[in-house]
Amino acid sequence: MKYDINLNGKTVSVEAEPETPLLWVLRDELKLTGTKFGCGVASCGACTVHLDGEPMRSCQTLIEDVADSAVTTIEGLNSNIASAVQQAWVELDVPQCGYCQSGQIMSVVGLLSENPKPSSDEIDEYMYGNACRCATYQRIRAGVHRAAEIMEG
Amino acid sequence: MTIQTTRRGFLAGAGATAFLFVGFGAKGGTAAVAAAAEAKSLNPFVKIGSDGSVTAIVKHFEKGQGPATGLPTLIAEELGVRMDQISFEFAPSNPKVYNNLLFGPFQGTGGSTAMANSFMQYRQAGAAAREMLIKAAAGEWGVDPATLTIEEGMIVGSGKSASIGAFVSAAATMEAPAEPKLKDPSAFKLIGNPDIRRLDTKIKTNGEAIFAMDLHRPNQMVTVMARPERKGGLVTGFDDSACKSVKGFIRAATLPNKAAVAVFAENTWAAFKAREALSVDWDMSNAEDRDSEVIKAEILAALDAEPTYNVRNSERIAMDGATQVLEKTFYFPLLAHAPMEPLNCTIEATQDGGLLMHDGAQMPTGAHAAMAEIFQLPMEKIQVKTMLAGGSFGRRVTPTFDYQVEAALAFAVTDRSRPVKLVWSREDDIRGGFYRPAFGHKVTVGLDKDGEIMAWDHRIAGQSIMKGTAFEAFSVKDGIDGSSVEGVSDTHYAIPGMFVGLTDTKKATDVLWWRSVGHTHTAYAMEVMIDLVAEASGKDPVALRLDLLSGGDKDQQRLAGVLKLAAEKAGWGKPGNGRFQGVAVHKSFGSYVAEVAEVSGNAEDGIKIEKVTCAVDCGIAVNPDIIKAQMEGGIGYGIGHVMRDQITLVGGAVEQSNFPDYEPLRINDIGEIDVHIVASSENPTGVGEPGTPPAAPALANAIAAASQNLRVVQHPMSEHGVSFA
Repeated sequence: MKYDINLNGKTVSVEAEPETPLLWVLRDELKLTGTKFGCGVASCGACTVHLDGEPMRSCQTLIEDVADSAVTTIEGLNSNIASAVQQAWVELDVPQCGYCQSGQIMSVVGLLSENPKPSSDEIDEYMYGNACRCATYQRIRAGVHRAAEIMEG
Repeated sequence: MTIQTTRRGFLAGAGATAFLFVGFGAKGGTAAVAAAAEAKSLNPFVKIGSDGSVTAIVKHFEKGQGPATGLPTLIAEELGVRMDQISFEFAPSNPKVYNNLLFGPFQGTGGSTAMANSFMQYRQAGAAAREMLIKAAAGEWGVDPATLTIEEGMIVGSGKSASIGAFVSAAATMEAPAEPKLKDPSAFKLIGNPDIRRLDTKIKTNGEAIFAMDLHRPNQMVTVMARPERKGGLVTGFDDSACKSVKGFIRAATLPNKAAVAVFAENTWAAFKAREALSVDWDMSNAEDRDSEVIKAEILAALDAEPTYNVRNSERIAMDGATQVLEKTFYFPLLAHAPMEPLNCTIEATQDGGLLMHDGAQMPTGAHAAMAEIFQLPMEKIQVKTMLAGGSFGRRVTPTFDYQVEAALAFAVTDRSRPVKLVWSREDDIRGGFYRPAFGHKVTVGLDKDGEIMAWDHRIAGQSIMKGTAFEAFSVKDGIDGSSVEGVSDTHYAIPGMFVGLTDTKKATDVLWWRSVGHTHTAYAMEVMIDLVAEASGKDPVALRLDLLSGGDKDQQRLAGVLKLAAEKAGWGKPGNGRFQGVAVHKSFGSYVAEVAEVSGNAEDGIKIEKVTCAVDCGIAVNPDIIKAQMEGGIGYGIGHVMRDQITLVGGAVEQSNFPDYEPLRINDIGEIDVHIVASSENPTGVGEPGTPPAAPALANAIAAASQNLRVVQHPMSEHGVSFA
């Protein structure tokens, strides 16, 4: 099947079988490999993308269900919030292996979009579903606080 | 472990010469080397472009632990460039040049050795390049080389100044000095600088970082394996008729060793779908069939029997004269590593009739040699290209090179015209074996009337990681696998009358080193027992430990040093309101780490881990912030697993399958981690693993303090009396 999707601000046509998770369309067909495969069951958050600005697990989002949505991946982030988060991540060297960090950043951008100055508890509550096997959590928390600070200017 | 401390020639480790590598580089042995056509190699570790850009050739893989920053830091320091003037590239697979100096003729990463074995070598490589460039400039300018220095990538002196790039061509024709002069540590600007940032962070925040899983070779096929439910089952036949309705399915084929059926497809999702549709017949007569409970019973029985090996003190001290006898039996279950990037690698034919593997390669030499054997090719026809790895914790190197061999066998059953990418799912990973072995400890401690230790009887039983594997020689001596007893038999506590006995239990399943290897269980047993001694003798846990470390040898001094620092920074003895502290200190991989865990709540109502304070002595701190990050991560890894994780077998089948039942540490599980580094002029030692061993016992000791001295002696804690808030 041919699908037209609104991806990172452009309309993209892609061939995929119905019921293919968006994750695999992004990674294998469109070669947008910043979105990662970690568990395939929405339990780790490594595959997080935005659908209309809302963080969503792309491993559980089927290609036929995104036709009416704007899809944003890590490669397509370009908001002020996103650059604040990326800057904070670099300043604090948040990543270790880095494999989960695209997903972490997509979730953090979602968090800061709805709550520009979250407390540590609010960060924990929002970020619970994004696993990091390197356990960079302390720096993720610090990174969110730093990004909030950068956004304040 | 012997750390290289001499200033022997940096090229001498593998008997290579500069000429060898320059020749290699000129031929463009790998895509990575060939890509930077303008750049010249001054030695195997340093390449410099005519624009003055420096590339460090990093011989260790990057799984987050930092060598892709740490090794370039060493070169930049000695060469005289800023960190923004240097980048990194992973070394080609060539154990003659890029071997781990502590592993012998193997190129590989493990045992927290990356910095320890590279510290002198990479500094010398940078210093050699500096001397060659200065000599070239001095020759052209007609000045005395002694008047020239390199600063921030510029050769300056005698009233002249030019970029190092201008002299690369001339320098590249020179022979590298074997023993270049190194900087005095007092002149270090980059080594030890806490403001140095990682070189690989930016690409890990914008999707640009390419892990092995992200590779797409032109015309590649994806393969996934249909494996038996229990390890050891063999394929007798399969029916792929239902696979044919999966668009993108190519074919299925039994691996030559009959261990699995390889399902080939045009993309990953089709491969997964086709695998679901495949039906395989198995011969399970030699498959694993044991239960975790049986394995546990065997281990516990071994602890009560006469040990096979007397590891320390053949003469045992009777407990008869003791005023108090403390006894605990500990049990540690199987654990999976579960790195965030599931295992994978890609293999393809090269135009010269050879093979190229792309892998997050922890030990490229192993996969390299395995491919040579499988395909009957000479070593020089094979290359293993190291990619970024999404974690490992030990899993990316097994004694059988399991997943790399699987990929090679899958490639072997194709016509070899298309690259083959092997992908494991998370289920494949959790069920894929090579676990941290289950271990038991039975510890009996006799105290005299003054509460002093008079005898310590320590029995350990479990499945040896190293015996019967290609790595046996690394660790097994006189029948004793050092990795089963490390951290107990070599304890630095002054313990009189200490007996250590070991019994190997029979093979339960494939087992493997897991971040900090034997220390994962030995530190726990030791540090919980020491706390019990403190409790029984009415002593403060920190004071008792300092007392047992007061003998004055260097190990004791360094252990005492981190313990005092951690206690001071944690405010030991003065926890916040409603909070309780626990402490542990342990040496592993040459490094000394003390941790104080602070919790609130209690075991019954829910423990909340509020804070962990850590002090580490790892010799010269090359990249202090990376060291801190490794302690933070090591603590999280150690604590996350003991909280609630285990692998259990029923009739040989693994019960867990994915993160919902092998739950990773989550952000809300653990509060602040505060790391302090002890200043040191000793040679650098490991940081990837040493943060892990003290974490779980510090937590256990804090839980005891919060919960009427409840001593958790079996894991996971969540199944042995501890609930977590």
